[in-house]
Amino acid sequence: MNISFNWIDELARLRGELRDPRALAERLTMTAAAVEKIETVGAGLDGIVVSRVLETRPHPNADRLTLCRVDRGAGEVLDVVCGAPVVVPGAFYPHVAPGGELPAGFRIESRKIRGELSHGMLCSEAELELGRDKGGIMRLADGLEPGTPLAAALGLPDTRLTLDLNPNRVDLACHMGVAREVGGPPSPRDFRGPAWSPEWRDGESEVSGAGVTVRIEDLGRCPRYMAAVIRGVRVGPSPPWLAGRLLAVGARPISNVVDATNYVLHECNQPLHAFDLARLSGAEIRVRPAAAGEPLMTLDGQEHKLSPDQTVIADRDRAIAFAGVMGGLDTEVTGDTVDLLIECASFDPAGVRRTRTGAGLSTDASYRFERGIDIHAQERALARCVELILATAGGEADLIGLRAGPAPVPAAPIDVRVSRVNQVLGFGLDGAAVLAALEPIGFEALPGADGGDGAGGAADRLRVSVPGWRTDVAREIDLVEEVARRVGYDAATGQDRRFRPSAVPADPRVEKAVRVRDLLTGRGLLEARSLSFMPEDYRGNRAVVSVPNPLSAEESCLRSAMVPVLLRRLEHNYARGNRNVRLFELGTVFGYAAGPGREEEADGTGRFEESGRVGAVVAGARRPDHWSGPGLDFDLWDLKEIAGSFADRLCGATLEPLDGAGAAEAAGSGASLAGPWLSRGGFRAVKDGRTVGVAGAVDLASVDAPPWAAPAFALEFDLASVEGRPVPAYRKTSPFPAVRRDLSMTVPRGVPAADIERAAREATSDLLRDVRLFDVYSGEEIEGGRLGLAWTFRFRAPDRTLTDREVESEMSALSNALEERFGARIRRS
Amino acid sequence: MTPAGASLLDRLAAIEGEGLAAIGEAADSAALESARVEYLGRNGRLADVMSLIGTVEARARRDVGQRANAVKTVLRGALEARAKALESATRGPSARIDLTLPARGRWVGGVHPVTRVIDEICEIFAELGFTSVLGPEIESTWYNFTALNIPLDHPAADMMDTFYLDKDVVLRTHTSPVQARVMETFRPPVRVVVPGLAYRRDSFDPSHAPAFEQIEGLAVDEGVDFVEFRAAIEHFVHHFFGRGTKSRFRPSFYPFTEPSAEVDVSCAVCAGGGCSTCKRTGWITIMGSGMVDPAVFKAVGYDPERYTGYAFGMGPARIAMVRHGIPDMRLLYEGEMSFLQQFT
Repeated sequence: MNISFNWIDELARLRGELRDPRALAERLTMTAAAVEKIETVGAGLDGIVVSRVLETRPHPNADRLTLCRVDRGAGEVLDVVCGAPVVVPGAFYPHVAPGGELPAGFRIESRKIRGELSHGMLCSEAELELGRDKGGIMRLADGLEPGTPLAAALGLPDTRLTLDLNPNRVDLACHMGVAREVGGPPSPRDFRGPAWSPEWRDGESEVSGAGVTVRIEDLGRCPRYMAAVIRGVRVGPSPPWLAGRLLAVGARPISNVVDATNYVLHECNQPLHAFDLARLSGAEIRVRPAAAGEPLMTLDGQEHKLSPDQTVIADRDRAIAFAGVMGGLDTEVTGDTVDLLIECASFDPAGVRRTRTGAGLSTDASYRFERGIDIHAQERALARCVELILATAGGEADLIGLRAGPAPVPAAPIDVRVSRVNQVLGFGLDGAAVLAALEPIGFEALPGADGGDGAGGAADRLRVSVPGWRTDVAREIDLVEEVARRVGYDAATGQDRRFRPSAVPADPRVEKAVRVRDLLTGRGLLEARSLSFMPEDYRGNRAVVSVPNPLSAEESCLRSAMVPVLLRRLEHNYARGNRNVRLFELGTVFGYAAGPGREEEADGTGRFEESGRVGAVVAGARRPDHWSGPGLDFDLWDLKEIAGSFADRLCGATLEPLDGAGAAEAAGSGASLAGPWLSRGGFRAVKDGRTVGVAGAVDLASVDAPPWAAPAFALEFDLASVEGRPVPAYRKTSPFPAVRRDLSMTVPRGVPAADIERAAREATSDLLRDVRLFDVYSGEEIEGGRLGLAWTFRFRAPDRTLTDREVESEMSALSNALEERFGARIRRS
Repeated sequence: MTPAGASLLDRLAAIEGEGLAAIGEAADSAALESARVEYLGRNGRLADVMSLIGTVEARARRDVGQRANAVKTVLRGALEARAKALESATRGPSARIDLTLPARGRWVGGVHPVTRVIDEICEIFAELGFTSVLGPEIESTWYNFTALNIPLDHPAADMMDTFYLDKDVVLRTHTSPVQARVMETFRPPVRVVVPGLAYRRDSFDPSHAPAFEQIEGLAVDEGVDFVEFRAAIEHFVHHFFGRGTKSRFRPSFYPFTEPSAEVDVSCAVCAGGGCSTCKRTGWITIMGSGMVDPAVFKAVGYDPERYTGYAFGMGPARIAMVRHGIPDMRLLYEGEMSFLQQFT
């Protein structure tokens, strides 16, 4: 929202430090609405004057150029070549003389243009940096004195403040609203009053007078429609002071009539519309729902096909405007317009929203109607507009004004308790201080509910009226906010940073996430974060929950698993030439509930299911390259360590081998952890008979991998299976030495090493503390069909040094068990 | 044992003792070499004794021979050890190895910069008694809007363009619905922070993402007022951004808080002078906040006359961007190794 400093100054008569636009901006930011930008409008206009084109003739050598005789005052008449499509003899335009400069710093000299000498130039708004209009030169109102400096005529330079309005403060979208916040009069009646004071003719939903009829067909959509009629206007450029105001707020001056409606909009927030009365068939205004398929061409030249949930202004025969949004092209005010009907209405916010979203439009008018206008100040707004038109376009206003719709009811007063203000704010204010905060912005003290005197005496409960423009204020707490803001949020300077215990226990998932991050970062993995969206069926992200209104096909679904997301990140790294990738991510995956889902939810969320997952992917070098020798790449056994530690340390789960068929089966089950990437099998973590995690080599054919890519490995675990941090019980450490025995053996191929280890533990006592496989070999010295395995066993007693005899007896029990159960052949050395 | 055998054993003991001493005292390799020649050389003292073994009577010959071999082994070992010691003492490893060669590296893992921000925020508020809780990302329109005093057709809904999964089911547009869920379940005192993902239909650009982290805070009890709220937020600002950081509260609007405030902190990049990070204002907005609206208390069954409280929401991704000088939000979500490695 753009605000003119000069305009505010005129309305509020700024005093003291607020006369500095920066100080004004600071005040507004801290008490009302943030000022995003401060800029000067109309700087650099020195030397540019109002000039009058005396006569024109075509340029002899160029079709598009015009030769003008220009009077720039003080008897100075110059020849100027002009390229604008229209130059009206006798009209007034800005002129920059030879030797002068445009605001952008471009120096103008006398020069020949296609053989004709041109002394300076006539300027467009864009050239003067007053607007974006490059279409033609800037026509000024007739009757100015040639030679008047342009800036002075336009009331420039000015400072434009761009406000970032909070959605509840539409009242600050106009200059009266902003002026009020910084010391201007609290009420519209105290701002300069208009002269036009008609005899009002009222009707419940229909009213006639001044030669026209107004009918509201649906008071729900349009509670009030007021109209004034002006006859005999002369449409032309606005006087420069008015045009300057509009330029200062970034609006484009169009004509005196249209500019008057815009001026009132920016002054007091009331959207107005001027119709060319002669174009209204039947001299009628009807506010009605649009007929299905009815056509309307708006001011911007767009064709619309209407639907019945949109509201239109119509004449006897057709729709002529979108109610509260934009006028129609057919009835707009043009240079030929003589008689006007000025609309000053109030439309239902939701209806305006429907009308404008259906039309794909958003306008200054719809913005205000959607948020609420001051229905009590409409008479003043209409009168102000009529007065401005009479002053700038002439004509005669009909003495009858029309008002259709019931008279607005004043907003109910609000009781505010001083004790409540202090309970919420802690500012320690008394009643007088509360009123002193509220009254300057239009809330008036009324005789109070506690029998207070309306002056904020001893009574706790104060009663205040709510001004019509504060459609956002309806409750006591709304007034508490007004007080806080007016006293200043900075008044809260307490140092009470008290600790208060919370009755809400911490969610255990937070600690589980920490455990997961600790384990994986400790293994050199980096945490990634991705958007939760995936393309349909991407790398095994099955199209489970699709988003009905996605931003793009790339983001059409919610992820159903983490590994596909990470494979996408892997591909991104491949695309950047990164061979070494170690990523993990914690996140939510989504699906449809298999059963009743979140049963406790009576609402529609029960159809869906979401759960926490962690995924990881590793590929490339196990350690950074080093000059001492070639490094090794991550392999299956590195993955097994990560997945195994995850399963064992975090979940209390057991890691089991999973072959390709098992993986396919696992992938097929609902909300599964596995996906097509696991087609070559790997591992699964099992807890209480349930698969809580999977891990395996990524089938590189299933991703977009370059030829130099190293084998990639991935895992995915269900976060719900992660347990809280365990508290291990102390076990006495032994001060006595351990005895190590190495054992080399051959076993038939196919005997799982894990079974041998388990059997070894079963065959021995708890003196066996550690079992380690340190070599696996096959080759010539091993007979066919067998495999060599070399193990280290460590024995240790907590209370004594073991004797050879004890260890030998354990070892022979162990050897016998392995020979019997697996046909192991122990190599004796 | 015969006198001859016993005397040889004595001589061997002397050779061992004296030889070890000589070797131990050798100050350089030349001294060591002369000790070697003296004791272990072809004509050295040990060789002398060994040449006499044949003279010993057969019974004792084996003992003497074994002993002689043992002495030889001991002296050789000592000689070798001394040689090594001398070598390292005189030359040292630096003389032999270029210590400027690169170390053997290892991969260093780490959490995402946004995770770090979230964790730090939770820790700072934990000091004030806040516990961390979580909530669902798929949310009903009741919790996401209605319970938070947001009518579904209100223009405020424009601020958060929503992903609808179903007529009354959305991807939550903020973490605020967890406020309502927590208050429905627990009675005051309530003090929670809620980290999590939120979703809005913003296109993915340098300063927006359609899915983004948010962290919500809520404190409700008797006697919690705006003054305490401000003090708590200042505590956070000082601990997170540093003691010299100024903060300011300015009016804002949220349907579920009143009064509402946006909190700005002084720009650390330019110290208030104005730079591109703070869009030349000297201030960076870090949170939306306010006193909980009584309508929210009513919706969850709290007595708004008895309880008051404050709530706030922050965007950890934006804060991470400010903290690390990351110019484009999309970098946070690409998962590129060289990016993530910088924050470990």
